[in-house]
Amino acid sequence: MAIDKTCELFDCGHRACGGCGASMAARLLLKASGPETIVVSSTGCMEVFSTPYPETAWKVPWIHSLFENASAVASGIESALKQQGRSEKVVVVAGDGATFDIGVLCISGAFERGHDITYICYDNEAYMNTGIQRSGATPFDASTTTSPAGRVSFGNKHPKKDMPRILAAHGSPYVATASVAYPADFMQKVERAISTEGPTYVQVHAPCCTGWGFDGAKTVAIGKLAIETGLWVNYELVDGEVAKVKKVVKKPVEEYLKEQKRFRHLFKPKLQEEEIAKIQAIADRNFERYGHEIRLPPKKAPEGA
Amino acid sequence: MPLNEGCVAAPGRARDNRTGSWRVFIPKFDHEACSKCGMCQLICPEGCIQETGENEFVPDYDYCKGCGLCAEECPKGAITMEQEEK
Repeated sequence: MAIDKTCELFDCGHRACGGCGASMAARLLLKASGPETIVVSSTGCMEVFSTPYPETAWKVPWIHSLFENASAVASGIESALKQQGRSEKVVVVAGDGATFDIGVLCISGAFERGHDITYICYDNEAYMNTGIQRSGATPFDASTTTSPAGRVSFGNKHPKKDMPRILAAHGSPYVATASVAYPADFMQKVERAISTEGPTYVQVHAPCCTGWGFDGAKTVAIGKLAIETGLWVNYELVDGEVAKVKKVVKKPVEEYLKEQKRFRHLFKPKLQEEEIAKIQAIADRNFERYGHEIRLPPKKAPEGA
Repeated sequence: MPLNEGCVAAPGRARDNRTGSWRVFIPKFDHEACSKCGMCQLICPEGCIQETGENEFVPDYDYCKGCGLCAEECPKGAITMEQEEK
C-alpha cells in the first residue's frame, strides 16, 4: 500500500499550540493509515485540543471513552468489525500518560488477547494537558510541576520506562519507535504496523514546546537532537528482535539539554556536571545496546604537515 | 440504531475555529527560491499549507498560527517570518 501524502484527514482549526509535535503526529499517522480507519483516543492533550465539542479536527470515525480504557474500547470495536466481516483498521492514539501509566492494564489485556489493533503512543514525556506533571515516560532529571527542580532535587528521579520492550515481551509481531522529526520514517512505520496482523505498537517522539520550554519553530530540530545525542533511539522490533536502527553521528547530550527549559537547572545557576554525566551515561547505554553510532574515520592530517 | 448517548460532532467541524488570529509572525513564501520539496506541507502542524495547481506551496492564513516551523525547516530558506501588521 502506497502512502498518499496529500491525504488530509486531520483538519485545520484544532487548538494545539503553534509548533505542536503531537498534532504533527496526528496528521502524519492519518496520512499513513488512510480513510478506512477508526480511531480510538484516550484522554490527553490531543483529545482535548482536537475535539472541543461540537468541533472535531478528525475526518475519520473517532471515539473517546476514558483515560485508561482506549485499548479495551479498540478491542471491542475490532471484535465487532471482525464479526461483521468488515475490513476497517482500528488505531488507538494515546499519549504517554495513558500508555505508560494509566492504561497499562487494558493495553496488556488487548495485546495478550491478540486483537488486530495498532496502538500509537505520541510521547511528549509528561501529562501536558493538565499542566506538565511527570509520567512514566518523563526522562531522568527533567523538571515538571510534580518533580520540580530546586534546592533538594534535580527533577524527575526515575529513568524513562521501556514501554516498547514491555509490549514486545507480550509477543507483539511489530513494535517500533519513531519521531515526528523524521516524518517519512514515521509514516512508513505506521503503515507497516497497520498492515501487520495482530497487536502492534508505534511510539512516536513528539516534542512539546510548551511543556519542554523551547520555541515552537524548533520542534523538528529538538526531535533530531534527541536522536543524535542517543537519548531517543528510532528502532523496529520484529517478533521481539531488533530489525532496524537509525544510525547517527554521536553528539554530547548537553546540546539537547541546553535547548530546553525543563533541563535549565542543570546549567543555571551553576553547571551540574555530575548530573549531566548521569544523563550522558543513559545515552551511552543506548548506543551500547543498539550499536547505532556512526564512527567517522579520523580526519587526515593535511599533506605536507 | 440511532446514537443517543455520548456526543457526536460532524467531521472537520474544527474549521469553524479560525486559529489564524493567534498569529504574531507571518510566514512569507518566496516561490522563486522554492525547490518544491514539500517539506513545509509535510511538517506543518496545522496542515494548512497546500500545493496549488501551479505547483506553488501556499499557506491558508485563516488557520496558520505562525509557529515558524516551516521557515525553520525549509532547506532553501525560501520562507521568512515577518512581524504581522493587523
